[in-house]
Amino acid sequence: MGKAKSLVSITDFDVEEYLKIIELAAKFEANSYRNVLNGHVIASLFFEPSTRTRLSFESAINRLGGRVIGFSDIETTSSTKGETLHDTIKIISNYCDLIVMRHPLEGAAKYASEISNLPIINAGDGANQHPTQTLLDMYSITKTQGTLQNLSIALIGDLKYGRTVHSLIMAMKYFNPTFHLVAPPELALPNEYKNILKENNIPFYEHTDMHAVLNEVDIVYMTRVQKERFSDLMEYEKTKNTYILKNDMLTNTKPNMKILHPLPRVNEIQQDVDCNPKAYYFEQARNGVFTRQAIISYLLNLNIQ
Amino acid sequence: MGNIQGKQMVVSAIQNGTVIDHIPSKNLFKVISILKLENIDTQITFGLNLESKKLGSKAIIKIADKFFIQDEINKIAILAPEAKLSIIKDYQVVEKKVLSCPEKIQGITKCVNPKCITNNQNILQKFTVVGRAPKVSLKCEYCEKTTDFEHFNFI
Repeated sequence: MGKAKSLVSITDFDVEEYLKIIELAAKFEANSYRNVLNGHVIASLFFEPSTRTRLSFESAINRLGGRVIGFSDIETTSSTKGETLHDTIKIISNYCDLIVMRHPLEGAAKYASEISNLPIINAGDGANQHPTQTLLDMYSITKTQGTLQNLSIALIGDLKYGRTVHSLIMAMKYFNPTFHLVAPPELALPNEYKNILKENNIPFYEHTDMHAVLNEVDIVYMTRVQKERFSDLMEYEKTKNTYILKNDMLTNTKPNMKILHPLPRVNEIQQDVDCNPKAYYFEQARNGVFTRQAIISYLLNLNIQ
Repeated sequence: MGNIQGKQMVVSAIQNGTVIDHIPSKNLFKVISILKLENIDTQITFGLNLESKKLGSKAIIKIADKFFIQDEINKIAILAPEAKLSIIKDYQVVEKKVLSCPEKIQGITKCVNPKCITNNQNILQKFTVVGRAPKVSLKCEYCEKTTDFEHFNFI
């Protein structure tokens, strides 16, 4: 039995595959309930809790007609008895057709994909990768803008540690975007990613104040600025209110502009924004189910009409 | 150095084996560690802080009756890109080899990321080599974090 294709890192897919997933997600949005996984078993292995991501995957599997086995908490598994990840993956691979896994250690999903012959979907490995989030972001961008091409995108908040931001840059670099990077200096985008933008001739502008860019862009991608990311707490106190989006800041934004957020949010988008038609983060979460249906179908080579 | 007639060799010649010359002095012990020379029971001699026009200060290792395969020796290219390898048979240099920096490396050093799976379970480290020595760094194939040369923690 050969190795199946996995989705561990956003770079595991190429441009054609990104577009294929978006096309499939649209089909699932049009008709989400399909019995194409009838008789299949999908393992949902959450070595650390993540309620939204887990339920989004489990909803996707159920809508495809598949069965879910697995766990949502490491405390109920043999890992607590000292079983290695190697053995856990090896054994569970005998019981299912595809594995969805979330693990607190970085590289865990990649390692699992080496051990198992089944497709592995990485539902988050520490601060490293969360590729299904990026694909649902891309589906949301396509839905709201009608295209992925030539968009102006503001990435706001924690650009240093935010894995969703890094993955979005890696995936969007094929579509001629312009990036506005808005972050406190301490949480600026790492040079590694700036170099990737330069190598791909993608224009980017760095800002510390979001007011300057809100009216210019098609997409505002907000992320959380977390206190624990600051080495200097004085710096945190000074900046914590700078990266909060409020409804009255949206008055002169472009009509097509939409606000995305990978969620959970804390206070970086004020609740008064929720009623604004430009707020898109709850629909974005809904798009996650269709996108995950698309990814599972694609990796299992299911025929979707 | 070994070929200069009439001069006293700083590190005595070997009859058969391998000579690795032009190692930056500060990296000698790391090279010894990478090649796992501590596990070899034939005669090994080395010289440290020798004069070098190219490097300023260099080290040399002479290992009797040991011949490395190319993959094995290429690993040291990340530490000693200028190193020259001579195969000695009956006191004569019969072959000179140049190192080529490998694209991928296994083992050698730990990943710098404490949350990497390789630092928490018994897994062989795998890296993609990024850049060129002496500014070489290693990108972990698991957690995708890059370990800079200054943070290499040799296994």
